Amino acid sequence: MVETGHFALVLAFALALVQTVVPVFGARTGNHKMMAVGAPAALTGFALTALSFVALATAYAGSDFSVESVWENSHSLQPLIYKITGTWGNHEGSMLLWVLILTFFGALVAVFGGNLPATLRANVLAVQGAIGATFFLFILTTSNPFVRLNPAPIEGRDLNPILQDLGLAIHPPLLYLGYVGFSICFSFSVAALIEGRIDASWARWVRPWTLVAWMFLTGGIAMGSYWAYYELGWGGFWFWDPVENASFMPWLAGTALLHSAIVMEKRSALKIWTLLLAILTFSLSLLGTFLVRSGVLTSVHAFATDPTRGVFILCILTLFIGGSLALFALRASRLTAGGLFHPISREGALVLNNLFLTTATATVLVGTLYPLVVEALSADKISVGAPFFNLTFGPLMVPLLVVVPFGPLLAWKRGDIFAIAQRLMAAFAAALLAVLVTALFIDGASVFAALGVGLAFWLICGALTDLAVKSGFGTVAPATMLRRFAGLPRSVFGTALAHLGLGLTTLGIVGTLCFGTEKILSMHAGETVELSGHKLRFEGLYPAQGPNYSEDRGRFALLGADGSVAGEITSAKRSYPVRQMTTTESGIRTIGFSQLYLSLGDEGSDGSVVVRLWWKPLVTLIWGGGLVMMAGAAMSLLDRRLRVGAPARRKPAGALPSASPQ
Amino acid sequence: MTRKQKRLSVIAAGLGFLGVATGLTFYALGQKASYFYMPADLATASLQPGQRIRLGGLVEKGTVERGHGATVAFSVTDNQKDVKVTYTGILPDLFREGQGVITEGSFGPDGIFVADSVLAKHDETYMPKEVADGLKAKGVWQESKSD
Repeated sequence: MVETGHFALVLAFALALVQTVVPVFGARTGNHKMMAVGAPAALTGFALTALSFVALATAYAGSDFSVESVWENSHSLQPLIYKITGTWGNHEGSMLLWVLILTFFGALVAVFGGNLPATLRANVLAVQGAIGATFFLFILTTSNPFVRLNPAPIEGRDLNPILQDLGLAIHPPLLYLGYVGFSICFSFSVAALIEGRIDASWARWVRPWTLVAWMFLTGGIAMGSYWAYYELGWGGFWFWDPVENASFMPWLAGTALLHSAIVMEKRSALKIWTLLLAILTFSLSLLGTFLVRSGVLTSVHAFATDPTRGVFILCILTLFIGGSLALFALRASRLTAGGLFHPISREGALVLNNLFLTTATATVLVGTLYPLVVEALSADKISVGAPFFNLTFGPLMVPLLVVVPFGPLLAWKRGDIFAIAQRLMAAFAAALLAVLVTALFIDGASVFAALGVGLAFWLICGALTDLAVKSGFGTVAPATMLRRFAGLPRSVFGTALAHLGLGLTTLGIVGTLCFGTEKILSMHAGETVELSGHKLRFEGLYPAQGPNYSEDRGRFALLGADGSVAGEITSAKRSYPVRQMTTTESGIRTIGFSQLYLSLGDEGSDGSVVVRLWWKPLVTLIWGGGLVMMAGAAMSLLDRRLRVGAPARRKPAGALPSASPQ
Repeated sequence: MTRKQKRLSVIAAGLGFLGVATGLTFYALGQKASYFYMPADLATASLQPGQRIRLGGLVEKGTVERGHGATVAFSVTDNQKDVKVTYTGILPDLFREGQGVITEGSFGPDGIFVADSVLAKHDETYMPKEVADGLKAKGVWQESKSD
């Protein structure tokens, strides 16, 4: 099975080369047969990669330690779920997941691309094939997961205990679906540049793919943030770690792309800019892959360091980013500019959004790469952390959030800012009320905290105002309003939901950062501690045994107002004997939208235990907001006008999607 | 607005943004980036009082003292010089005597380094890259410790 997987991977590489060369040649010479090679090649390539991935997963699930990668990252005593998720909990396997998702998206274009112009589809699939081919080559030459060991070891070296968590099952696949999903937008852009032609239908094609990728990336980042929050035991939800930034930059650029694609689709303006953004977004994804996979950074994600890998990915990076930007420089002038608009208009608002987001992306990029550049040039080692990003990213984000509610209400071409300000009066009043209530009734609220809460309410109420205004609230009878509300295009709901989610995330961040409290103390069994009105009693340490670890469980009783036990929180120190590693399992209790979070430290000589305790108000909204944003993207995708396959349904039944050269 | 005016205004706005962002970035890099030092480098470093730095090295054997409460004191050494560090909080799971460590914070008036974070790599072959490179440069690196 393992050799089958290896062989399938080699075949997939060869096929990717065919997919790169033949369709693009066909598109140049107008040969339909050659163009039609793209779709079946993409589908077969996906099937082969899937076979290869299943082969590796089977080796992991069956603990086949004759495979080096399995031996290094698995153990026979691990629960089955972690054996399987361990498939991508290492460098080789995670690269295989990367190409699996890449070929998956290629296959999607092949399946749903029946109504694309034949040359465009051929070129898109060719670019997709080229990306695939380089990464197949990378895996086969530097990161082969199928290498055998002889003689086979009896027992494996265990998966890194930090990764033995359900988070590993969700976070990397979601993140890669987002990262790699942007490759489609990239391929469409390069294809458009190769053809030297771009129109509004191109944007209609690219927008759903951007939405899909953005939705998964949002989920991946939110999931990664929550995982780090509960698993690392530091109580933080975002560390401005270079690896986090690596996923955040494509998200920021992707968000900009999402918005500029709307302008291009609706008004055929900003064509060249949208194209450039699509290229930049995927370039940032590639850069992220380089930063994480090359080992230039020390982090949880750098599974192993091997200089040849870094150089190889750097070459891929140069090839694709350099190549596409060169093509852009050569061809962009051929593309015609689009419609005119007044600065105060929906287009103007979306341009402003793009300016903010791209500048913010640039500051994150500088902060992430600066230490690497400094080290390369001067041997000085510096670190750029949260203080830098708070000072640069923060001031750029706050004004953007302030103007968000205006955007969806503005009319295309020329908007009336005063009329919109009037419509937003209610949202503004709600935000003002939130500021006053926070400042007057919550102890220890700073001016900044109150304004932050106000900003979050402004975003939330602004999103609701958008829906209310568009369904005619206050101008038509309630029955008509309800009917209009139900009849609103789904993309309007999508926008409102996404902006609402943004408001919720903002509220969560402000709540946690400005009103959170923490205590570090050493406790003996039986002692009680109080934090922000919550009383906890330490019951003591109890040893316990897991399948492949042993642990000391610290049990804490949550006491009610009358001193009775209202619940229990446990936090544990786990030790994994195979890797001789200790991990801390944090204890979390969710109360409303807030959480009580505690983490166990070392045991002192007198039997006391160091305990770190946090009260995190509204913290769950940070990730809940992310889920709402995802729901917004999903809602937009369901919009009839956007549905990619919609026109294809009119085709006679039985028509093959690949057999429709137009 | 003509097409040309529109384009100019977009470009002007873009440049304005870029200017603000560049200004912020340079200011923040000057103020907020923290430099990495090993104990022996400190003699030649000119530090402002209270300046945040990252101090890395090995946790010297036999120096870890757990005082009352959650404060821990230990020495960070590069086998040439050592610096006393105090930290209040929970040490990372992989904090061990004789192992590499990076602490971040600033020097107090008494010359003791007050760390507000202690960093660990999540791996049993624990050696932060900066510390490993620093030790190699000082010629006190033992290959057996490397991965």
